[in-house]
Amino acid sequence: MATSTEPVVTSAKAGLQPLLAIRNVAKSFGKNPVLRDISLQIAEGEFLTILGESGSGKTTLLRIIAGFESANSGEILMEGERLDVLPPYRRRVNTVFQHYALFPHLSVEENVGYGLRVAKLPKDEIAVRVTDALAMVKMASFARSKPAKISGGQQQRIALARALVNRPRLLLLDEPLSALDANLRRQMQVELKSLQREVGISFVFVTHDQEEAMVMSDRIALLRMGELEQVASPREIYSHPATAYTAQFIGHTNLLRGEIKSGIVRCNSLWWRVGLPEGPALFSLRPENIRIVPPATGNSDINVVSLRGKIQHQAFHGATELLQIVCDDGLTLSLRTATRENRQGDVQLEFSPADAVPVRESPERG
Amino acid sequence: MELPMSAVRDTSRWLPWHAIVVFGFLYLPIVTLIVYSFNGSGVGGFPPHNLTLDWYRMLFADDAIWESVVNSLIVALAAMAISLTFGIPAALALDRANFPGKALFRRLVLLPLILPGIITGLSLLMLFRAADVKLSLLTIVLGHGTALISVATTEVFAGLQKLDRAQEEASLDLGANYWQTFWRVTIPNLRLSIIGAALLIFTLSMDEIAVSFFLIGRDNTLPLEIWGRLRRGITPEINAISSIIFIFSLIAIVSWYRLRMNAEKQGIAV
Amino acid sequence: MFSRAYRAAITLPPLLWVVLFLLIPYGLLFCYSFWSVSPAQTIVHSWTLDNYRELFRVNVYLQTLFRSMWIAGRVMIFSLLLGYPLAYYLSFYAGPRKDLFYQLVIIPLWVSYLVRAYAWKTILGSDGVLNTLLQYVHLTKHPLEFLLYSPFAVVLTLTHIYTPFAVLPIYAALEHIPRNLVEASHDLGASPLQTFWRVIFPLSIPGVLAGATFAFVLSLGDFLAPLLLGGPSGIMISNIVVSLFGAAYNWPLGAAISLCMLILVVSLLFLSEKLENKWSFR
Repeated sequence: MATSTEPVVTSAKAGLQPLLAIRNVAKSFGKNPVLRDISLQIAEGEFLTILGESGSGKTTLLRIIAGFESANSGEILMEGERLDVLPPYRRRVNTVFQHYALFPHLSVEENVGYGLRVAKLPKDEIAVRVTDALAMVKMASFARSKPAKISGGQQQRIALARALVNRPRLLLLDEPLSALDANLRRQMQVELKSLQREVGISFVFVTHDQEEAMVMSDRIALLRMGELEQVASPREIYSHPATAYTAQFIGHTNLLRGEIKSGIVRCNSLWWRVGLPEGPALFSLRPENIRIVPPATGNSDINVVSLRGKIQHQAFHGATELLQIVCDDGLTLSLRTATRENRQGDVQLEFSPADAVPVRESPERG
Repeated sequence: MELPMSAVRDTSRWLPWHAIVVFGFLYLPIVTLIVYSFNGSGVGGFPPHNLTLDWYRMLFADDAIWESVVNSLIVALAAMAISLTFGIPAALALDRANFPGKALFRRLVLLPLILPGIITGLSLLMLFRAADVKLSLLTIVLGHGTALISVATTEVFAGLQKLDRAQEEASLDLGANYWQTFWRVTIPNLRLSIIGAALLIFTLSMDEIAVSFFLIGRDNTLPLEIWGRLRRGITPEINAISSIIFIFSLIAIVSWYRLRMNAEKQGIAV
Repeated sequence: MFSRAYRAAITLPPLLWVVLFLLIPYGLLFCYSFWSVSPAQTIVHSWTLDNYRELFRVNVYLQTLFRSMWIAGRVMIFSLLLGYPLAYYLSFYAGPRKDLFYQLVIIPLWVSYLVRAYAWKTILGSDGVLNTLLQYVHLTKHPLEFLLYSPFAVVLTLTHIYTPFAVLPIYAALEHIPRNLVEASHDLGASPLQTFWRVIFPLSIPGVLAGATFAFVLSLGDFLAPLLLGGPSGIMISNIVVSLFGAAYNWPLGAAISLCMLILVVSLLFLSEKLENKWSFR
C-alpha cells in the first residue's frame, strides 16, 4: 500500500496567520535525537494538545517554545516574528509547570502578582488584576496563604492564575493534572477547557493521557519518538487514524492484516471489497464497530463482513464491557458492547467494511 | 541543571573570574609553602632559587618531630575510637529515641563543632584539675574525643536519614532481635557514613591545636611541636613538614569525598 | 518500633559522656568565674562578683572584646563576599565540573590551620614573599610594615581560613532551590538578575546565616592567628584568656571572660537559628 510518509495534518481553525508557527525544529541531547523535524502551527484561541508517551519529546518541544531549551535547527515564529531568538523572559508566553513551581517564600497573591511586579506595573493595577485572576480560579480566599499550606489541586490553580494574569499570547501547560487524583483530574479538565474558552487564549497542553487529550482539545498533535504521527481534531483522529500506532494509542482497536488483490482484501478467512491498490494492507477496526448478531446461515449481505467465534474473556467496564473473541480461523478480536451478564460460548459477529480504516505501518525509529 | 544559554549570555561573566580569584586566594599560601620548602635560602625572598632537598633531609633526621608524629597518630586513632563509640549511638538516639532534655542534648553534642576550641579546651582543663588528673596524651585524647563526637554524630545522622527503615523492620519480622538487627542490618548500611566520619575525625585530630593547647602534658603532638618551633622563630624545615601534612590531608579528604560520591551514585545510604 | 532497652542503650552512653565532659566542665567554668586567686597563687573558693566587676572596670577587657568583634565582623563580611559568588557559580554555572570544584573548596578546609596561618606569615613578613616580590618588580621601595603583625594580617588570615566555611552552607542552600523556580521566574518575565534578587537570594538566606555565624563565632574565639600574626595591635580576647591561664595566672578571671564568651556565642547561635527558621520555607 503506497502512501506518503507525511503525517496527516488537518489544518488549524480559520485564521489568516497562525499565532505560532513551528518550522522544522529538531533537538538532540548529545547523540540522542529527541525531536526530529517538527513542523506545526497553532491558531488563535485554539486548545492544542501535544500527546505522547514518555520519551516522545513532548516536554522538550514545550520547553523549546517556552525558551528553556534551544532547538538545534529550525525556527519558531510568533505572529510572523522570530520567537526562538528571545530569552524566556522576553517571550509573550507563560507556562504552568508540572509541579507548579510556586515560590515558597511568597504568599499566594505575591506569587500571582510576580510577573506584573517584574514588569513594574503600577501597584493598584497589579492589585486589581491579581484579585480578578484569583477569582477566576476560585481561590480568592487564599490570597494571603503560603503555598506550603494549600493542597496540590489548589496550588495548581494558583500556578494557572500566576500565568494567566500576565495575559500571554500563548499558555503552555506541562502535564499540570498528572499529580491529581482521578476525580479531581476529571473536574479540572472541564474547568480548564471552559477557562480557555472564557479567556480566549491559545493553550498548548502536554499530556500522555489520551482520554484527557480527547476531552479537552480542539486538535491533538500525536508525537512518537520525536516525530509527529498525526495532527487532527479528536473525532478525526479517532475515527480516521493515520497509522497503526495512532489507532492503538488512542482508544482500543483491532489491527487486521491482509492482502489486497483485484479490489478485494483478504484477511484470514474474511474478505471485503476495497478501492485500494494491490499489496499488503493494515486496517484498524474499533471494538465498538463489531456487532453481535443472532446466528444466521450463510453470508448473504454483501455490505457486511460476517464471522463466528467463541467468547474467551469478558472484562467489565461499567457501562460497557470488552469481550475477547477467538474466531474460527484463529483471529483474536476485541469487541465492545453494552453490559450483559455472563456471556459465554459461540457468537455470530459482523462489521461494516467502511469501519475498517486503512492505516499505515508505524516503523521503528532509530 | 544549568541556566539556559540565553540567560548565561546576559549576565555574570565575572562569575568565573571571581571563582578563579577566590581559588587562587585559597591555594596561594599552600602553593607558596610547597615551593619554598625546596628553596635553598630558606623562607622569604623572591624569586625562589637554589633548589634543594636540604630541608627535607633535616626534617627526616629530626627525632623530636617524629616522636610527635607518633604521638599524634596514637591520639588520632584513640580519638577516632572514642568519637565513633559515642557518636554513633548519639546519632541513633537523636534519630529514634525521645527523652526529656533531648533538645538540650542535641545542642550540647553539636556545640563543640562551632564553639571556639579555647572554650572546650579550658573547660576540660578545669575538669582535669578538679579531678586531679595529670595532663598527658590521655587528656588530649579525651579532649579530641569530646570535640569530635559531633563530627561522627552529624555524619552518621545524615546516613540514617537515607537508611530505609523497612530493612530493619524486615529483619525484626524475620526473627532477629534488636541487637542482631543492629549488627547485621543497621551498621552495614551505615558503613560508608562511619568510614567517612572516621577519615574526617582522624584528619581533624592530626591537625588539632586549639583544644590540645590547654591539655598538653609532657608529650607533644605534631601541631604543638610545630607551634613550639614557630614561637621560637621560623625554620624552613617547617615548610617541609607542612608540605607533607598537606599531601596527606589532601589524600585523606579526596578519598573521603570520592567515597561519598561513589556511594551516592550507587544509591547506598552514606 | 524500638524497645526500651534499645533506646536506653543508644541514649545513655553519649548522654553520660556529654554530662561528664561538657556539662560538668561548663559548670566548673561557671563556678571558677565566681572564685578568686590568692596572692599565694592558689584558688580561693569563696563566691564573689569581683571578676565581673574587674571586666567592666578595667578598659582593656572591653576594648579587646570590641576589637575582637570588629575583627570577627570583618572576617564574616569578607568571607561572605568571597564565598557567596563562588557558591553561586558552583551551583548554577559549574555544570559537569561541579564535583571537582566542590572538592577544591573543601580541601583547604581540612588542611591544617597551623600550616595555613604559618604560610601567611611567610608571605606577609618584611622579608616575606609578597614584600620581596613587590620590591623585585619595583612597585615598592621598602617593605610594607602593616602587612604583618597587625589586625590586617589577622583579618586576612582568618578570612582565608573561614571562607570555605562560608561557602559550604550557602552552596547547600542554593542546591536545595528547585530549578523549576528559576525557570518559572524567567517564564514570568524576570531577567536572571531580577530572578537572583527576588527568588534565589531570599531562598538562600538560611545558608548565608549559617556561614556568617560560623565565620564570626570561630573568628571571635581564635587565639592562634593573633599570636602568630597579630602583633601587639592585633591581640584578641582569647589571647587575654590564654595568658590568664598561663603566665598571668588568674584562672577565675580567665573563667569569667570565657563564660562571657560562651554566653555570647550561644546567644548568637540561638539568634541565628531563630532567623534561619524564619527564612526557611518548608
